[in-house]
Amino acid sequence: MPPIISIAGLEKRYASGLQALKRVDLEIRKGEIFALLGPNGAGKTTLINIVCGIVTPSAGKVTVGGHDIQSDYRAARSLVGLVPQELLITPFETVWQTTRFSRGLFGKPGDAGYLEKVLKDVALWDRRKSKIVTLSGGMKRRVMIAKALVHEPQVLFLDEPTAGVDVELRQEMWHVVRKLRDSGVTIILTTHYIEEAELMADRVGVINRGEIVLVEEKAVLMHKLGKKQLTVQLAQPLAEIPARLASYKLGLGHGGRELVYTYDTQAEHTGIAGLLHDLAAAGVEFKDIQTTQSSLEEIFVDIIKGKR
Amino acid sequence: MNWRAIWSIYVFEMTRAGRTLIQSIVAPVISTALYFVVFGAAMGTRIAQIEGVHYGAFIVPGLIMLMLLTQSVTNAAFAIYFQKFIGTIYELLSAPISPFEIVVGYVGAAATKSIILGFVILITAFFFVPMRIDHPVWMLGFLILTAITFSLLGFIIGIWAGGFEQLQFVPMLVITPLTFLGGTFYSISVLPPAWQTVTLFNPLVYLISGFRWSFFEIADVHVGVSLGMTALFLVACLAGIWWIFRTGYRLKT
Repeated sequence: MPPIISIAGLEKRYASGLQALKRVDLEIRKGEIFALLGPNGAGKTTLINIVCGIVTPSAGKVTVGGHDIQSDYRAARSLVGLVPQELLITPFETVWQTTRFSRGLFGKPGDAGYLEKVLKDVALWDRRKSKIVTLSGGMKRRVMIAKALVHEPQVLFLDEPTAGVDVELRQEMWHVVRKLRDSGVTIILTTHYIEEAELMADRVGVINRGEIVLVEEKAVLMHKLGKKQLTVQLAQPLAEIPARLASYKLGLGHGGRELVYTYDTQAEHTGIAGLLHDLAAAGVEFKDIQTTQSSLEEIFVDIIKGKR
Repeated sequence: MNWRAIWSIYVFEMTRAGRTLIQSIVAPVISTALYFVVFGAAMGTRIAQIEGVHYGAFIVPGLIMLMLLTQSVTNAAFAIYFQKFIGTIYELLSAPISPFEIVVGYVGAAATKSIILGFVILITAFFFVPMRIDHPVWMLGFLILTAITFSLLGFIIGIWAGGFEQLQFVPMLVITPLTFLGGTFYSISVLPPAWQTVTLFNPLVYLISGFRWSFFEIADVHVGVSLGMTALFLVACLAGIWWIFRTGYRLKT
């Protein structure tokens, strides 16, 4: 199946001289949830804004559903819905007016039934006659989503959908996103919450300083995440690791006072019970044990710092 | 052509005007009507007729023009600047619409509003001063062309403006003085010859003169020249807009 979005050699240099994107190549598969991770200023929003037509690229080619975003912008843009990072919405219209306006902009005939469905999906049907200015922040965010969905897009961009959003609303948003994916909409979300990517995404891309540094199935990343370390603090320092413990591939640290065991939490046997048993059998006394997990966050930080 | 998008923008803008009826209709009508009452009904009887036209009636075309120019510019400038200011312009830029369609929607709505205002003021004038319209078709033509041209100018100003203060700059400090000095309250033939020549560099003289001709058949310059100047403004504004969208000036980075 051809990718729904194909980005090739995309570059953006702003008039200020800032190179926001450096030769970005990326393909988004139809129907997936793709999480684009990156620190602030990495180029996430620039990338999204180029695909949506808000920023003009300096070089490169982008197609949406096979339509070039510049030469065939009408066809390309009709497929795309965008929920920007900030709450950008005119204050004095009602929920109904503003969503109907968005549908009209995309050239779709007024369809009260569809509008009703979208507003019910984002739990705003009861507030349809309310002016935007009277809504809470969470409701405004949902209005933004409704506005992006009301023209029946095939691709939805969510730019930091849960930045500064409370836990309850965040879970509500995830619920909405999953429902959308189930209905066949491709979703690209940018976030710097690793947890969000972990929970939602099928694939994860990491962007840093305008470059895509990694694109991977989430499952593969999760495997890396699955590595854990057990540190055993010894009562007496060891000069070397006893021979009968060799199979555990232990590390000796802290002047011989610590043994470090790395294991896979997702493996059937972690080997911890065996290790502790063998330690006792080898006569090694220990006073404390602790485990640490290298989180996706750490992996992410390492990637950003260029360590991986 | 994405007609539905144009219509959506148009309706959105007209609804906004409906919501702010006092600001968009009542205020300009009352402030213009005050001129008829003071200069026309009250003082007009003591001022000599100008080429057979009652002074109160003589100033009406110029006053309508003043209102038409300032309101067209202000309306269109505010509409697009507001979208930029609160950031909702993203929606216009990411929708499958051409720049031309955006302009038709916004300029169409702004021009419609000022044409409605023009008519309201004209009707009001009939209550206070002895009005007549010799060439209604020309009158309508000038009204519509001017409304469209200056709404286009307003659109350009709205895109150029970096703050609310700059929105007011052109209507208050350029258009209003030029209209006052462009023969709204007098025929430029009453000026000394040197000043008559200077006045001819004021572009608004041509608009006011042509518009007044369509009412009373009296003009400072030939009506054909007036029409030509109006068309020239229109072309200049269209060229400006074409350039803005071509370069993305202050719209896209």
